[in-house]
Amino acid sequence: MILIVDLCWKEESLSRYEFVSPIEGIVRGAGFPSVTRHFAGIEEGDLDGVSAVILCGTALQDNRFAGEVERFAWLRTCPVPVLGICAGMQAVAAVFGGRIEPDLRIGMTDVSVLRPDGIFAGKELFQAYELHAFAVAPPACFEVLAVSEGGVQAIRHVSRPVYGVLFHPEVRNEWVVTRFLEEHAGPA
Amino acid sequence: MKLGVLCSGGKDSLFACWRAMQKEEVVCLITVVPANPESYMFHTPNVRLAALQAEAAALPLVEVESGGVEEKELDDLRRAIEIARERHGIEGIVTGAILSVYQATRVQRICHDLGLWCFNPLWHADQEAYMQSLIEEGFAVIVAGVYSAPFDERWLGRRIDAAAVAELKAMAAKYRITLTGEGGEIETFVTDAPFFKRLIEVREASSEYRNYNGTYRIEKAVLVPK
Repeated sequence: MILIVDLCWKEESLSRYEFVSPIEGIVRGAGFPSVTRHFAGIEEGDLDGVSAVILCGTALQDNRFAGEVERFAWLRTCPVPVLGICAGMQAVAAVFGGRIEPDLRIGMTDVSVLRPDGIFAGKELFQAYELHAFAVAPPACFEVLAVSEGGVQAIRHVSRPVYGVLFHPEVRNEWVVTRFLEEHAGPA
Repeated sequence: MKLGVLCSGGKDSLFACWRAMQKEEVVCLITVVPANPESYMFHTPNVRLAALQAEAAALPLVEVESGGVEEKELDDLRRAIEIARERHGIEGIVTGAILSVYQATRVQRICHDLGLWCFNPLWHADQEAYMQSLIEEGFAVIVAGVYSAPFDERWLGRRIDAAAVAELKAMAAKYRITLTGEGGEIETFVTDAPFFKRLIEVREASSEYRNYNGTYRIEKAVLVPK
């Protein structure tokens, strides 16, 4: 079971269609069952039976999650792999001691892979879709996997499968989510 | 949140409007009428009939004319959005973008510049499920233009019902077209929606078709009780 976390400003928001539904579709297409929870309502028991967690993005104007970083404290001891997407990456970075910094990017960018971690194996350069008003200064316990002209695009915890990608893989790079699941979430 | 919906008259913008109404408050429709039939940003056949759709939905319409030069269109769109904010106090914009990064990024930038929210409820939606919802939720949609093989003349003015969707599915599997026409293969016009108080009846229309390129021009249409 994959836990998909909705980071939008409220539960069942109009943004959910745009930032959560496409991820649910990719997970379903990869053959994994999933459950979606809003970030403000995550409880201890929500990780029972979960083999991986994906944190979704939010609208450009939506930064409620960033003001409530401690709601993501459970990520520090999360026993299963994690993939944070855009806002999700910001939440991951912040909760591990990194910083969220203003950086507006809208549109396609070239991403260069620095470390061919499993997710990016065989990829050196690809085009990706950015939609963010903030980027991250990675925490000390994370390494940078990929960059663009604008800065850090993908990070990973040095000793655990906790990832963050700043670009939106649901646009033209679904393989990022699929590979994360195949590499880290066990058999579908 | 008060929202304005970018409305081209086609199925995607009106379905996005319906999704927005279920979550927030839609206070107006916004339409940019391009002079250029090859507009990069805006769907063209029958776009002037958005006024009739706004009337059918009992919503005010903000309509701006555009010269249709590629990047100038964006200034016109910005102007339309600014007018909608002044007149109706909108806090955000809704679009029917499904896959077009080109369209989505441009609207996102304008919204960000103006401090407005931007919503794309159909973004990367499952196309089959979307077409299914369109029919099940009570939209009446007709084909207003065809722009690629293998669409023949009989598609012009055709209602998109379950049989048409089945045919589109078969075509999408065989040819390089999208099920929703997102690649510009077809354009549509909505004559009824679940939030329309009255429906649009086409009284006179003409078709032009040549070599997989055709438009269904609605010459006269009226609102009738549902």
